[in-house]
Order: sequence, then structure tokens, then C-alpha cells
Amino acid sequence: MIVVKGLTKRFGDVLAVDGLDMEVKPGEIFGFLGPNGAGKTTTIRMLSALISPTSGEAKVAGYEVGREDNEIRRNVGILTESPGLYARLSAERNLSFFAELYDVEDVAGQVERYLRLLGLWDRRGDVAATFSKGMRQKLAIARAMLHEPKVLFLDEPTAGLDPEMARLVREFINELKDRGRTIFLCTHNLDEADRLCDRIAVVNTRLLALDTPEALRAKLYDRVVVIHLSAASPAYEKVVSEQSFVRSVEIKDNKLVVGLDDPERNNPELIRALVDAGADIQFVGELRRSLEEIYLRLVK
Amino acid sequence: MRKIWVIARKEWAEVFKNRFVLFTVIFMPLMMTALPLIILYTMGTPEEMAGFSAADMPASFADLCEGLSSETCGQYFIVSQFMLLFMLMPLAIPATFASYSIVGEKTTRTLEPVLATPVTTLELLAGKAVAAALPAIGATWLSFSVFSLGVAILTEGPGLLRQVTGPLWLFAIVVIGPLLAVAAVSIAIMVSSRANDPRVAEQISMLVILPLLGLFFAQISGLIFINETMILWMAIGVAVLDVGLLAFATQLFQREAILTRWK
Ligand SMILES: Nc1ncnc2c1ncn2[C@@H]1O[C@H](COP(=O)(O)OP(=O)(O)O)[C@@H](O)[C@H]1O
Ligand SMILES: [Mg+2]
Repeated sequence: MIVVKGLTKRFGDVLAVDGLDMEVKPGEIFGFLGPNGAGKTTTIRMLSALISPTSGEAKVAGYEVGREDNEIRRNVGILTESPGLYARLSAERNLSFFAELYDVEDVAGQVERYLRLLGLWDRRGDVAATFSKGMRQKLAIARAMLHEPKVLFLDEPTAGLDPEMARLVREFINELKDRGRTIFLCTHNLDEADRLCDRIAVVNTRLLALDTPEALRAKLYDRVVVIHLSAASPAYEKVVSEQSFVRSVEIKDNKLVVGLDDPERNNPELIRALVDAGADIQFVGELRRSLEEIYLRLVK
Repeated sequence: MRKIWVIARKEWAEVFKNRFVLFTVIFMPLMMTALPLIILYTMGTPEEMAGFSAADMPASFADLCEGLSSETCGQYFIVSQFMLLFMLMPLAIPATFASYSIVGEKTTRTLEPVLATPVTTLELLAGKAVAAALPAIGATWLSFSVFSLGVAILTEGPGLLRQVTGPLWLFAIVVIGPLLAVAAVSIAIMVSSRANDPRVAEQISMLVILPLLGLFFAQISGLIFINETMILWMAIGVAVLDVGLLAFATQLFQREAILTRWK
């Protein structure tokens, strides 16, 4: 749905995006994760034909950036960094203006559909200035959807929202995915990327990593199994470290913390060895590295 | 073409909710219409004007008075001073309107979503220009009509009315007015691309009225007199200026420039 090759943007001396290569598949939620100033907004602007790349190329929904910009604009929707609503116009008027700019055929119908979908129908006549931050964000998302775009770019959709509102917006993003839309989600919120995205690109001017959240975790760290014992002892630690597949072991209180390549295959053998040595195993679990640790390691 | 209207209608719905813009668009035409009529009214009857002789007027003015009584000629001379004031409206109203409409969108960052739609930058520019220029032209024409009506009511005989609705005035109102509005819009766009406060943009854009005020004072002090030749040259001058200003404003009004250089 989106193919990017060597995409680069320079503002004078500032290199904002450097040689980006990636591919976004149809129907996925693609996370674009990076700290402030990583070039996320700049990338979205290039991919939605708002600004032109300094070099490199990109295809969005089958159209080439820089050559078929108008087609791209027809086929993508964008939630910009700031909602950018007309504060003096009603919710309905805000949307109908954009529906007309997008050449939507049934303007009133589409406006009503999205106002209802986002729970704003009852407030349709109120001017946007009277809306809460969360409602504005919803209205801005509705605006990006009026023309039923194939690709939806969301630039930090939950930034500055309270947790409850952020949750509602996330739920809505998940719903959109169920309708088969491709979603390109910029965020600096790891948790959000982890929970919503099928794949995540970690960027900081350059592309640092790109994979599923699980694979990112697995690729960057060994997996770690935690074995709770009624009483841990150095003897058990020795038994564990003698297994050929164990990469690391450490005692913490009554727990053995064991680094493994492939817990699904190695766990039964490891546990058998411990039981044979007389250990009382209470509980076995996997320690999940937070994406945050991975992310910080990448971005540093 | 349709999108130009879509944009213009949105501008009107939005910008006219602003008190400052509304004030300029309503108060100024009211004043410009009332002022000459009040003066005409207080000047009184032709008998009272009898003392007003051709000697008080610039010599060149006498040519314009051909066939008029010296009293009517006197009234015409006074009223003539206001022709230039009618041209203040097509300059001032777009300056105010465009400042609020462009700087307003810039500070609230509402232009980016608009630029993400398939609208062309030329349509967007035209929409904003039309939105600013039409109320100005409309207000000018309307207040001129009311003024002509007032002249018809306040003066005896068709003499003065015929002058005021003659080719010289009509040309000024119908042709030069819109040309001036285009210049005012282009300048307001340029100023707005740099300014961050609509009031500042408005004040700077208002400087376009200075040359006109200059002409106005030159005329009352008798230095120049607006006649057919002068008005024709004025039209040509403003038209040429418009072309240059519009080209420059279009240059500033590019997607990328609006997003990355308008600060
Ligand atoms: N219009 C601009 N002019 C100059 N530099 C810019 C401009 N826009 C962005 N930048 C720079 O490009 C870099 C990336 O910015 P941005 O894409 O906004 O990052 P993000 O959205 O990830 O926070 C930053 O260093 C920023 O200062
Ligand atoms: Mg950003």
C-alpha cells in the first residue's frame, strides 16, 4: 500500500528524514515510532503529498509521490499534528466544507455517518470552540475519513488526551482496521504502538528497526524465563547453568532468572533437570521485556 | 471553479463572525455614504450656494461643469472630493478581511488539512481572494447606489445626478474599484504570509490606502484634479500593478511554502 525507497528530506542544514526504506502492507496498522524531532511529521507530510521529498521515492496507494500528488490526496486521509478545526464553525459545517473539498458525492450523508460513528451527532450544531480536546480530536479524525481514504495517516492521535479519551480513540483506530483500511500511525508512545500496531518502524531520522512488536522484543533481547521455587539455592543455579541451551542464570530472592533462546523447546528439559535435582517449582513464567527498554536501546 | 465558491462560502461563514471584520465591512460603507450626503445636505439650496463662484475652483474643473449652473457646479465640486473616498472601501475591506482569513488560519493551523485535500493552491488562493474582494466590491457599489439615490433626493434638477452617475464616476466605481480590491487582496496575502497577528497584518495591509489618501489630499489642496485622462491612467496603472502583485502572491502561496516557511 505504501512503498518507500531512500526517502530523504532536508530543511536547509537540517536533515529531517534520511534514506527511509520501508513497505506498508494493505490493511495493517503500521506504527511509526520515534522521539520528538525524529522526522515523523515530515515523513507523513511527504507521503500525503503536502511537501516534496528532497530525494528518494515513494508510492502511496499505487500513486507516485511528486508525480501523481492529486491522486494521492484523493486516496489518503490525514489527521494532522494539531486538529486544525475552524473554531467558529459548527461540527457539521467543519465536516461539510472538507467533504466538498474532497468531492464527496453525498456530502450530507457522509457527514452524518461519521458524526454518528464518533458520537458527535447530538453536538453537530455546536461550534468547534465549545468542544473538549477529545471531541476535537474525534472531529478531526472524522474529517480525515469523509472521503473513505484507502490509507489513513494519523499523527500522534492520542497526544494530549486524557487516558479515557485516548482509550476511546485507540478503540476507534482498531475498529477502522477491521474495516480493512491501512493505517499509518505516528506516535512517540511505545505502549500505544505496542498495543495497536501489527508492525512497528522505530525511527530517529533514519530507520532503526522494523518488525512486529513481538519480533522486535525477541530480536533485540534473549528471552527470559523466571522460575519461582519454594527455596532457591546455588545448587539449583548450578544445575541450570549446566544445560547447554542456557545463556544466563541468576538468583533473585526465591527465583531463578534464566536467559534462553527458545523457551518453548528448552523449558521442559530445564524443568525436568530441576525437578530431578529436588527443586520445588511453584510457578514458571516468562519475563516480558517492555518495548520501552528495546526502544531506548535503539534510539540512544 | 466550484471549489473556489466552496472556499469563499466557508470564509464568509467564518470571518464574518469576527467583530472587527464585521465592523469594517459595515461601518465603513455607512460612513462613506453618509458623509458626502450630509455635506450635500448642509450645503443647502442653490441660492445659498450663489456666492460660490468659479474662481474658488481649479480652472480645469470648469471643463467638467459644461452645461451646469454655477451652483450645481459648486455642489459637484464639493461632492467630487468624495469620489476618491469611495475607492477607499475596495482597498480597506479586503485588507481587513484577508488579514483575518489568512493569518487566522495560519495561527490556528487549519490550512494543513485543507492543503491535504485535492484542492489546488490556485483554487485556494482564488477562493480567499474572492471572499475578500466580493464584499468590498459589493459594499462599494451598494453605497455608491445609495449615495446616487441620496443625490437624486437632495438636489433639485438632474444636473448633479447626471454628473455623479456619468461615465467618469461609473468608470471609477465599476472598473477601478475592483482593480484596487485585487491589489489590496494581493498585498494582504503577502503581509499575512509573514505576520502572526491578524491585527498587525491588518494594520500593515492598510498602508495600501496611503497612495489614495495622497491623491485625495492633493485634490483638495488643488494640486491635481481627477479628470478622464487621469482616471484612465490610474486604471491602467492599477491593472499593471495587479498583475505583478498577483504573480508575487501566487508565488508565496505554494503548498510547501505555506507549511514550512510561513511562520
Ligand atoms: N519547516 C521546517 N523548517 C526547518 N526544519 C524543520 C521544519 N519542519 C521540521 N523541521 C525539522 O525536522 C526535524 C523533524 O521534525 P518533525 O518531522 O516535525 O519530527 P517529529 O514529528 O518526529 O517530532 C526536526 O529537527 C525539525 O526541527
Ligand atoms: Mg510530529
